[in-house]
Amino acid sequence: MAKNVNLVGRNLYDLDTYSSAEIETIFETTQVMKSIIKRDYKKIPTLRGKTVCTLFFEDSTRTRISFELAAKRLSADVISFTKAGSSLKKGESLQDTVYTLDAMGVDLYVIRHGCPGTPALVHKYSDKPVLNAGDGKHAHPTQALLDMFSIWEKKGTLDGLKITIVGDILHSRVARSNCIGMKKMGAEVTVCAPRTLMPPKIEKVYGVKAEYDLYKAVQEADAVMALRIQMERQSEGLFPSLGEYSQKYGLNKNVLEQTKDDVLIMHPGPMNRGIEIFPEVADSEHSVIIEQVTNGLAVRMALLFLILGGKAAKEVK
Amino acid sequence: MKKLLKNGNVFVSKNKKFEICDILLEDDKIKEIGKELSDSEAETIDCNGYHILPGLIDMHVHLRDPGYTAKEDIISGAKAAAKGGFSSICCMPNTNPVLDNTSAINYVTRKAGDLDKTRIFVIGAMSKGLEGKEIANIGSMVNAGVIGISDDGNCIQNTKVALNVVRYASTYDLPIIVHAEDYTLSGEGQVNYGKMSTKLGVKGIPSLSEEIIVSREIMLANVTNSHIHFSHVSTHRAVELIRRAKADGVNITAEVTPHHLLLTEEECAEFDTNKKMKPPLRTEKDRQALISGLQDGTIDVIATDHAPHTDYEKELEFLKAPFGVIGLESAFPALYTNLVKNGEFQLEELVAKMSENPAQIIKQDLGLIAEGKTADLAVVNLDESFLFSENYIASKSHNSPFLGKTFFGKPKFTLCKGKIIWQD
Repeated sequence: MAKNVNLVGRNLYDLDTYSSAEIETIFETTQVMKSIIKRDYKKIPTLRGKTVCTLFFEDSTRTRISFELAAKRLSADVISFTKAGSSLKKGESLQDTVYTLDAMGVDLYVIRHGCPGTPALVHKYSDKPVLNAGDGKHAHPTQALLDMFSIWEKKGTLDGLKITIVGDILHSRVARSNCIGMKKMGAEVTVCAPRTLMPPKIEKVYGVKAEYDLYKAVQEADAVMALRIQMERQSEGLFPSLGEYSQKYGLNKNVLEQTKDDVLIMHPGPMNRGIEIFPEVADSEHSVIIEQVTNGLAVRMALLFLILGGKAAKEVK
Repeated sequence: MKKLLKNGNVFVSKNKKFEICDILLEDDKIKEIGKELSDSEAETIDCNGYHILPGLIDMHVHLRDPGYTAKEDIISGAKAAAKGGFSSICCMPNTNPVLDNTSAINYVTRKAGDLDKTRIFVIGAMSKGLEGKEIANIGSMVNAGVIGISDDGNCIQNTKVALNVVRYASTYDLPIIVHAEDYTLSGEGQVNYGKMSTKLGVKGIPSLSEEIIVSREIMLANVTNSHIHFSHVSTHRAVELIRRAKADGVNITAEVTPHHLLLTEEECAEFDTNKKMKPPLRTEKDRQALISGLQDGTIDVIATDHAPHTDYEKELEFLKAPFGVIGLESAFPALYTNLVKNGEFQLEELVAKMSENPAQIIKQDLGLIAEGKTADLAVVNLDESFLFSENYIASKSHNSPFLGKTFFGKPKFTLCKGKIIWQD
């Protein structure tokens, strides 16, 4: 583990406030956590007595389950607050919700919310650390960490690698957090989308390359990540049809043939098979898509461990 | 009742210059301006070290009364205005009920008339209920005393309706005040479309949404010979469109807000809802173009677009918080400190943009310091600094983008019709 890295009590709103050394530490800890997940007895006592609260104001199955399981694997208690079954339906504000939960002794919040910037707002009402599990179209740092870890684990580093992200960049918090994190770790990032799904000035904002031709975008890439396309973008008039989208930006066999031999294929899920990614690619030997899910659990365990100050690193081992 | 303001540095309108002299007021008029005046009946006010400006005029204020008086009301808004050096303000009609009829307008003018505070002019709606569908009863509102019409906050999208409003209103000698926003382009946008919308992952409001409507309204002003006044211009292309149209002789005027002159989209990086307004804060290039537009006369007026919202409304998730910021009490000090004190802009010009020019647009004989004119004055101390904090603010709401800033140019006294309506 890198020296002098201490993440105890830190918030994670996005990766811009984390240094490359800190991210490296998270990766190293994730490796340890991954070995725990693979044991027969998958639980360690390190966060016994701590309470993690997942606050989900937006539907999510995967991320919430991943966080909750991560907390349980570390023996923390988990309380789960979702919009559907909560008093928010009665018009309670976020402020009062957090005050109430805080009074019950929560030690860490995991929040997903449709409005960007909300994780910082939670921290305004509570001095407990807040982890962003996706805020609107803004950021999704744990997804980015697991994506980056998946590459790091296979390639040994991100420094100098060429990574291409393809799809609806405009509406993707995953793409945004990945651009920040991957650049920070020394990768060259290319984003590829139709012009109507590309955020303005993205090259300037993140120091990435914008490319509109998929074949050009993937040729040199060490890893290619497809993003989920939301069906409603078509009715918003941002592209003409799913057929054309799939033809121009879908990862199919022909695209895969243009890539390097050792390319990694990734997708944050859930996939639209046959639209942004085809089975022959998603299920190919290049694909790490299923492993990304395992890595997601391990990354979240690592973050909870590091931020809640799990007793000692040796205890983990 | 006489007052003698001694030894102030007075903005003498006929010379458009500051001169150290005395001003003698009698009742609501300026009786005499000169050196070493004396009058044994007059109450003497020592203005040594102070600058005396024409009472400032803000032609774009949301008083929220009737209907939203938790945010602001006529009394608190007038108080905030007086504290900011404003002797006159114009209130926008997006209240509840909307100021689109005589009785609603009478409510405001009566409530305002009872005050010994800042003078309040009323701007009536352009379309009934601000819905952009039918022409409001403009003729009867003119009889009730409105000095302009506007759907501010809203923008008539249907070009035919927009044309009819402008054509109908051209009978009356008043400005048609346009909030330029094409909704199909601004949509659910929250901040400037560009660097900041990308960074924050929120929908952007493109400059184009303003420029399309500015272009349209220039065409409408041209064919109908009406006077169209653009509220809160925010983009460099809008400034250029207005500059060219003015050169072509089209009857248009324009205003800019202090926040668009002093701040850029970078302010939004931390999701501070006190930096969220329409039009949004734009880029440095836009800001520079707005300053140039002021300097060359393309932009006639500085107006605050004072838009109060309560703390509990602004203290929400960024997408849910309402648009708008307050401005009455920060306008002059913020502009003086950040544009004049550093030499970018002349004090004389700043004063004209905040008094004489708006007076001309709303066609009132105000905004001048000259013998025989109404005794509306703002007395300020340019050298005195103060912290602009929530405690300083007299408005009911505190949603200012300038909280925590230190400003020079503190207003000391404000006079309206010869009466001191506020004193530091």
